[in-house]
Amino acid sequence: MWEHLQIELYKVFKRPRTYLSFAAITALIGVIQLGLLVDGKEYADFVMADFANSFSVDGKILNGYFICYVILQLLLVHVPLLIALIAADMISGEANMGTLRILLTKPQSRTSIVMAKFIASVIYTLLLLIWIAIMGLFLSMLIFGTDDLFLMKSSYVVIVKESDVFWRYAGAFCFAALAMVTVAALGFFLSFFAENSIGPIVATMSVIIVCTILSTMNIPLFNLIKPYLFTTHMITWKEFFDFKVNDANEAIIGSIQYPDKIIRSATVLAVHIVLFVGSAVLLFRKKDILS
Amino acid sequence: MKMKLNKKLLFLFTTIFLSVASHAQDMNALVMKVKAKLEKVKDYTADGRMKTDVAFIKAPIGRVKVYFKSPDKFKLQRDGGISVLPKGGVSINIGSMIMQTGFVAIDAGMSTVGNTPVRIVKLLPEADAGEIILSTLYIDETNLLIRKSVTTTRENGTYEMELQYGKYASYGLPDKVLFSFNAKDYKLPKGITLEFDDTDKAVKDKMKGKKGRVEINYTAYTINTGLSDAIFK
Amino acid sequence: MLLYNSMQQIVKVSQLTKQFNNLTAVNQLSFSVESGDVYGFLGQNGAGKSTTIRMLLTLITPTSGEISIFGYDLNKHRKEILQQIGAVIEKPDVYKYLSAYENLKLFAKLSGVKPTNKLLMDQLEMVGLASRAHDTVKTFSQGMKQRLGIGIALVHNPQLIILDEPTNGLDPQGIADIRNLILILSREMKKTVIVSSHLLNEIEQIATRILIIDKGQKLVEGSSAELFNDQQTILQISVANNESAIQTIQSSNWANNLLPERDGQIMVGLNKEDIPNFNRMLAASGVDIYSLQARHSLEDYFLQVTAGKQHVGTFTN
Repeated sequence: MWEHLQIELYKVFKRPRTYLSFAAITALIGVIQLGLLVDGKEYADFVMADFANSFSVDGKILNGYFICYVILQLLLVHVPLLIALIAADMISGEANMGTLRILLTKPQSRTSIVMAKFIASVIYTLLLLIWIAIMGLFLSMLIFGTDDLFLMKSSYVVIVKESDVFWRYAGAFCFAALAMVTVAALGFFLSFFAENSIGPIVATMSVIIVCTILSTMNIPLFNLIKPYLFTTHMITWKEFFDFKVNDANEAIIGSIQYPDKIIRSATVLAVHIVLFVGSAVLLFRKKDILS
Repeated sequence: MKMKLNKKLLFLFTTIFLSVASHAQDMNALVMKVKAKLEKVKDYTADGRMKTDVAFIKAPIGRVKVYFKSPDKFKLQRDGGISVLPKGGVSINIGSMIMQTGFVAIDAGMSTVGNTPVRIVKLLPEADAGEIILSTLYIDETNLLIRKSVTTTRENGTYEMELQYGKYASYGLPDKVLFSFNAKDYKLPKGITLEFDDTDKAVKDKMKGKKGRVEINYTAYTINTGLSDAIFK
Repeated sequence: MLLYNSMQQIVKVSQLTKQFNNLTAVNQLSFSVESGDVYGFLGQNGAGKSTTIRMLLTLITPTSGEISIFGYDLNKHRKEILQQIGAVIEKPDVYKYLSAYENLKLFAKLSGVKPTNKLLMDQLEMVGLASRAHDTVKTFSQGMKQRLGIGIALVHNPQLIILDEPTNGLDPQGIADIRNLILILSREMKKTVIVSSHLLNEIEQIATRILIIDKGQKLVEGSSAELFNDQQTILQISVANNESAIQTIQSSNWANNLLPERDGQIMVGLNKEDIPNFNRMLAASGVDIYSLQARHSLEDYFLQVTAGKQHVGTFTN
């Protein structure tokens, strides 16, 4: 198994396509950072337009923590594509290349091969997130400095004390990792049904886009299924940036407003991962390799 | 709005002014005494802890530094961090509670703030142009301290300040200022937050229409050290 | 490690059937491959060769039937059996973004071999790719890829080698190279080889035994000696008592025409025109004949099959 994983990782990181994702993230984050560095004030004014009518906000809003939040908010919608690019190609790509049949005539159990492939896509996903953290969080902290994190929620404003922010990012990144692994699992699962890479990649993105639309639209019919869509839960990382207040409306440092939401979402995502990967393993054990 | 205010003012003038006209001089004298006491402080800096208490704002308690220089320079500075204050509210301070020149003080009776008996004095500007339209002071006559003030401004609504005194009462400087205002609801431009808006309606309602408060607890005052004007720029 | 050395029968397939939805790709197929055979697996495209070979390699799960390799059930001992098999299935596809060396190393590991530099370079030397060891496969010709595929199939020194249409897409030189390689594997390295093709002339030059299938069913199986003797028709004789019949033949003028018995039936190679005489001789000697079947020569037979005129079952033994 360990050897399999090494081999799969070797294959993943020998491919130019893998580095494309890292380059894309670097470019995207770079563009956002540059934009905010040059015109950040206007962006902040735009976001706060209505709020600023009645309140004056003083302080360094455009600090590294805020930039990272903006980056995550914008980027995590697109990262699934980069993950699908690898995960949805894991099986279908080898079927397409014709290497799958050689691989499976080797004296190795199919389960072990599948699991190694999935874990390799998970590792890729995690590395991608670590890269996002390095570029989006640490580099932003370096460029823009740190301060309190000022966030506009849909119906209220949250100011997280500087000393109370970092662990929230750690939590948010862990949660985002779970969400992105779910995407990897979906792509991986779909990659069993095709002998070319494009199909599963497009299918993965389509599923995510359709589900995201269902999650976003406020229509009673859709509201019924929302809690079961994994896309609804993928953005729960934001819950890390909301805290409880006491009766005097004082922020309770180190608290999370809705920890149950995080637990529920994490559970839903974990269940999806198990379902996708479990079905993939079961299907693959029985699959006739005709490619 | 203006019409209404003018009517109100007219009403105030005609009733209060006429009925208690004889007190006007006394009231002016009282206000001037309070003012004189405050004027002993040419400048000060103070450290404080500020809490913004608005239902739809969740903010941590932050440290602030306050600078004041006579007659009306005032600056509130967050010691790092980000602060949210009602617009225009920052300039309402002890120095500017009492209009510098040209006002009419009217006795509006007695009341209590906390357990302290106070005299209510309404200050009306003689000129029409100022930012402050009406200022009501609740003055502790024994100690010559303003216990509470309600200020109606032209642009930024009505603010209420409650002041509690301790160590620096002799300078007329409060240990604690409770600043209340009407927090207007605000709405975010849609599509900005990228959030599925699933906040409980009950929670949302709870956050609406409450009065906002800013509470500052002052700790160390340093008084009359000759602050430079540069600080206020 | 499986004890394959003492095994005579390397592969035994019985009643193997594979159905894809409504299509029966392989139908009740039985055959066996013995140690040292170059087993030619012949049939038109779509006859079921690939499906059968993929079932031997566990790429496809049979609908029914049994496969045992090295005397062990393939289902139960998949891993151990595959350790002793090397295969090239259709196109020799490898990771194009890796070099020949890297591909070989990767598959050696997967085959359970410790890939030392010497082993890998020796292997590449054997298939004539040593000079291109570190070039990415992207730059390789079809023939070079095929040789790399064979190198990969052989890197773990397997006992059984399965080559599915190994000459597809190769130029004449490439085809000749593969043919020579198979002969070396069989004669010098004493490997058992199963090789499939849709071209008879490819198989007839190297195979020691041949199986022809069509529409998923076995048409004929036999040694090349039996099947390629153009002069003779093979007569398959079913009699009441084999022993006395064989004695009769051995004491007659036809003694030299007697072939080894197969499936309890007497086999005799004869010129077509001698069949009536031979038949009379047997009858005159008092042998009770149940049936007497003449087999066509393989070439004719295969041409008929590939021309689509074959009546399935006629030649099934």
